[in-house]
Amino acid sequence: MTMWRSVSAVFRRDLRLAWAGGGAAAPLGFFAGATTLVPLAVGPDLKTLALIGPSLLWVTVALAALMILERLFQADLEDGSLDQLHLVDAPLEFIVAAKGAALWTAIGLPLALASLPAALALQTPPHATIAVAIGLLIGLAAFIGFGLFGAALAAGVRRGGVLIAILVLPFFAPPIIFGAAAASKAASEGLGAPGFLLLCGCALAGVALGPIGAAAALRQQTG
Amino acid sequence: MRVDVESLAIERGELRLFENLSFTAAPGAHVALTGANGTGKTSLLRALAGFLAPSAGTIRFSIEEPAAQTHFLGHRDGLKGALEVREHLMFWRDLFGGADDPAEALARVGLTRVADLPARALSAGQSRRLSLARLLVAERPLWLLDEPAAGLDTAGKALLADLIAAHRMTGGVVIAAVHEPLGAPDVDVRLGA
Amino acid sequence: MFAWFANPDRFMRLSAWALPIAAALAVVLFAIGLPWSFLFAPPDFRQGESVRIMFIHVPAAWWALGIYVFMGAASLMGLVWKHALADVAARAAAPIGAAYAALCLITGSFWGATTWGTWWEWDARLTSMLVLFLTYLGYIALWAAIEDEQRAARLAAILCLGGLLNIPIVKFSVDWWNSLHQTASILRSGGSAMDASMMQPLFVMALAYLFAFIALLFAGMRAHVYRRRAVTAALRRARAS
Repeated sequence: MTMWRSVSAVFRRDLRLAWAGGGAAAPLGFFAGATTLVPLAVGPDLKTLALIGPSLLWVTVALAALMILERLFQADLEDGSLDQLHLVDAPLEFIVAAKGAALWTAIGLPLALASLPAALALQTPPHATIAVAIGLLIGLAAFIGFGLFGAALAAGVRRGGVLIAILVLPFFAPPIIFGAAAASKAASEGLGAPGFLLLCGCALAGVALGPIGAAAALRQQTG
Repeated sequence: MRVDVESLAIERGELRLFENLSFTAAPGAHVALTGANGTGKTSLLRALAGFLAPSAGTIRFSIEEPAAQTHFLGHRDGLKGALEVREHLMFWRDLFGGADDPAEALARVGLTRVADLPARALSAGQSRRLSLARLLVAERPLWLLDEPAAGLDTAGKALLADLIAAHRMTGGVVIAAVHEPLGAPDVDVRLGA
Repeated sequence: MFAWFANPDRFMRLSAWALPIAAALAVVLFAIGLPWSFLFAPPDFRQGESVRIMFIHVPAAWWALGIYVFMGAASLMGLVWKHALADVAARAAAPIGAAYAALCLITGSFWGATTWGTWWEWDARLTSMLVLFLTYLGYIALWAAIEDEQRAARLAAILCLGGLLNIPIVKFSVDWWNSLHQTASILRSGGSAMDASMMQPLFVMALAYLFAFIALLFAGMRAHVYRRRAVTAALRRARAS
């Protein structure tokens, strides 16, 4: 029982920190800005936008997810709270997973919500926007899961944001392939689009394996 | 609670900080680690906490899963500037599986007045007092303290000595790296001699 | 056997004569394989002379993958048995693997330009190789970013194993993606049955790449061991004074 109390304490604290620091505002603002730039770059032709819109949403969401990873463990390492997380009566993997879950709730959910108007603006048919947003929400679980791994590896590196991006991009490839494919077929096939189940598989892999890898890396960061 | 350290050696990078270090902390013991800068006091404490692996020797604890029975007070207080003082204590209590009332711990370290302030508003001494309160919200038999008096005023140092004395009364072990003697240690481990 | 080999002094003595032998073998095999591929092997009846790029391209692809698997094995040994030499081997292998992957991508691009009329075809194999190349870059970047060598070795090993798990997933997803977007069927280098007259020089080239890898690996590992010895000696002197 004490284990779940510890895990939920970490979840609640990270949730609170994400919002207290205005943390969710930056990726949301980035997402809004990037999706505004797209029509400015490719032109206002609705057919072109409809064609590339869902894929672009996936790229911008992946980049927004990258933004939030740099400070995830680095802040805890610098202020000493990472030491405390090693002294808890719960596996470090669960503690890490709780941090990821908090991030997904604090930043993943708002991003998925923000993708609804963004998808409309990029000419996704209204009935398909929900399916696109659900796909993005699941994709964010995969991004954050693999992102935990990269963030933990680079926790001790100053200005590690670029390094984290290089480390995790190969892991982002499968979810972005399946997710974007499902999103571009969402109008005709909804959640039954090809790739959607494979996307869920990627998210499961990220959620299950990401914290294991991240915890292994964090054990090397305390020496 | 009992700690046995036997022929311990620790290396950082290619450098051997110390070797063949042995000492015992019996229940209620206060072990003072002394020595010049760079002799490995912090590394020894981190090895005792399980954060780094010694290159030789053994550390034996009389309890199972010592990490979950240890309080570690490092150079950094582990505070989040955006969170309130009281929130920190509630978080630590839940994190470490404690049952004690944060208000009591706050009163003990003299921070009741600032309980609702965010931690970023605290002075260095107050931050240190807040991390001392962490030792009180969850009972754990082993205290590892790294320069715990740093930043504390005279009253703060007296408080720290009281906390240590009270912890020893319950049979707990205190292992502290110190520059100036703190209370009355009964084991003095001198590093780099 | 690995434990026996993991002793740095033994490795230095062994590699001192193994390195020139591997290097000489690589030179001889290239001296046989290159003219064979470019002058004597028959041109493909559909792809003509451009098929010769394959003799550079395909072995590079094989060993780019093979070297990553080797790094994964070395990383596992470094993590489990804490063999410093295994860490050194993985670290020294990475730039060679990255170079092979880059060679594969560049020759693939030439191939595309002559065969398909585009400098970059988003073909499944090339795309997988591109992701593998990125994986190599991440591994090298992580080593470079962390100052404490022991910690860098552990973290890089963890990353390498994670990447090893990721490779088949990437392979599967890219194949899936390619089949989804493919409009015309493309004849791929290794796909169709090959005549023995083409297989033989291909295998000679693959062996040449392997021995080039071994020679470069030993050279890189020896450089790392020398550098580590120099650092240790400098630290000892600093302590003594």
